[in-house]
Amino acid sequence: MELVCPAGSLPALKAAVDNGADAVYIGFRDATNARHFAGLNFNDSKADQALEHARRHNVRLFVAINTYPQPHNWSAWQTAVDRAAHLGVDALIVADLGVLDYARERHPQLALHLSVQGSATNAAALSFYQRRFDIRRAVLPRVLSLSQVRQLAAVSPVDLEVFGFGSLCIMAEGRCHLSSYVTAESPNTCGACSPASAVRWQETASGRESRLNGVLIDRFKAGENAGYPTLCKGRFKVEEQTYHALEEPTSLNTLALIPQLAEIGIKAIKIEGRQRSPAYVAQVVSVWREALDHYHNAGECFTPRREWFDTLSRVSEGSQTTFGAYSRPWQ
Amino acid sequence: MQLSLGPIFYYWPRQQVEDFYHQALASPADIVYLGETVCPKRREVHPSEWLEMAAPLAEAGKQVVLSTLALIESRADLATLRKLCDQSGCLMEANDMAAVELLSERNLPFVAGPSINIYNSASLRVLQQAGMMRWVMPVELSRHTLQGILEEVQQLGFAQQVQTEIFSYGHLPLAYSARCFTARNRNLPKDDCQLSCLDYPDGIPVHTRENTSLFTLNGIQTLSGDIHNLLAEYHDMAAIGVDILRISPNSSNTFQVLAQFDRIRRGETLSNQLIASDQEAATFCNGYWYGKPGMDFT
Repeated sequence: MELVCPAGSLPALKAAVDNGADAVYIGFRDATNARHFAGLNFNDSKADQALEHARRHNVRLFVAINTYPQPHNWSAWQTAVDRAAHLGVDALIVADLGVLDYARERHPQLALHLSVQGSATNAAALSFYQRRFDIRRAVLPRVLSLSQVRQLAAVSPVDLEVFGFGSLCIMAEGRCHLSSYVTAESPNTCGACSPASAVRWQETASGRESRLNGVLIDRFKAGENAGYPTLCKGRFKVEEQTYHALEEPTSLNTLALIPQLAEIGIKAIKIEGRQRSPAYVAQVVSVWREALDHYHNAGECFTPRREWFDTLSRVSEGSQTTFGAYSRPWQ
Repeated sequence: MQLSLGPIFYYWPRQQVEDFYHQALASPADIVYLGETVCPKRREVHPSEWLEMAAPLAEAGKQVVLSTLALIESRADLATLRKLCDQSGCLMEANDMAAVELLSERNLPFVAGPSINIYNSASLRVLQQAGMMRWVMPVELSRHTLQGILEEVQQLGFAQQVQTEIFSYGHLPLAYSARCFTARNRNLPKDDCQLSCLDYPDGIPVHTRENTSLFTLNGIQTLSGDIHNLLAEYHDMAAIGVDILRISPNSSNTFQVLAQFDRIRRGETLSNQLIASDQEAATFCNGYWYGKPGMDFT
């Protein structure tokens, strides 16, 4: 299985390449990708250097152009597609039907991957994108159980990539408007979920409070781990109980599922985290490289090592990890 | 403009569903969407029975549209969808690209529901060429974007082939998950949810710890806490080329709301405040229309 790793900067890309990535995905420095954060991503010269570094180490480079343009900014997405094509990257990761159409028409040779933001969870949806746009691969939303992934892989008309590690979206990606409901900005429209510009931290008599555009997301007692106020990970009141109504702060970790995913026929594992530091990327990629190599050598005798979990837990949100939707009881 | 009744998002007992569509017969709705769009486990009305329920509506002159699931995960979900596409014989609303594929394979016209991502005219064009005859704008888009899209559609010369429908009243469908939040609220596993949604005919309200209304839980679906209300934007929507306004059903006052929209349609002057029974229970929002946070109200 190909190990597909995130890079939000040139140092992160080098960390990914040096620690064993098979492919690295990046975004341009604008709203055309789903990690549109201040100070992150690649301008033209950095993208050139990224490609050069990746090529030198025989690592593939993908560009995510995976948000949804609107009439007033449509040309920025066209420009991004053309830039990536002229750079000569190995694939574009795209979500929007119009952008897919443009890329396929304008650059017939360009390999297209359907982004997780395209939200295709079944064989018929994949078939639509394959027939219309000749996509080679699709990244599956984090909503399917392992047995559903197995069923799908058996009949999928394209290669499948699944998320292996990182922040856990609990909603079907590309179909979640929680963030824009509270802040006006969403992953689809702006490449940002619960954007940092809307976040406020406040020390109060009842504890530390996190707010998103003024809305109280959580309140932490002294000593409690105060996580980023992503809307789906807040503590809210439901029928007089206050709890994580949607999801606890936690990260996805499927390290222990490597043999099953390989046996199912999954072609690539994606590590989430273009917004993370080069040090984070280095740690996570090196653990996954070691694990995949171990599986390659040991096959059925694969046993995940304790130190891998320790390393990954230390860098995980809320210091805890889950199989997420791959595990039916989690759902 | 025409008025439509959207699909019922919540899980109601069969009798309540029948009563609802009986009331719809004499309502001013021109178009009625029926069918389960949220959870395949909801079988008070079996997938094949929606059409029987629709027959009197069609006889009463309503256009009937069969809506389909928004999140298709299992082989069984897909098989059910395929069967519906083969047998329905009426116009269908695709809420997942699976339905778009199956309907376009069969050369059947379809409506693209609000969970199909259409953010620009190029996407609209792709789907129109696949057989889409109507789209429901994704709820997070603004008037500004809608106007831009409709102008481009005019320039591209296919405005006559596509109708535009706007989600105009009700709790906004905001997200779909693998996880069932109603089961989670009851500490039940999803696979043994005991069909808990039946106990919440309008979903479960979620408030912040400061008692601000935030979301509504409905099984795997998350809706807005406030009621999106574009009644006051009626004439503006008509002016920019909207064809259909969608009213999303709730268990209490859907037909009063429909009547209000109909009165405006017939030329009466109404203020936005007139839908009083909802105002007691919830507040309104319309921020998305103005390019602001969806929960805002202008």
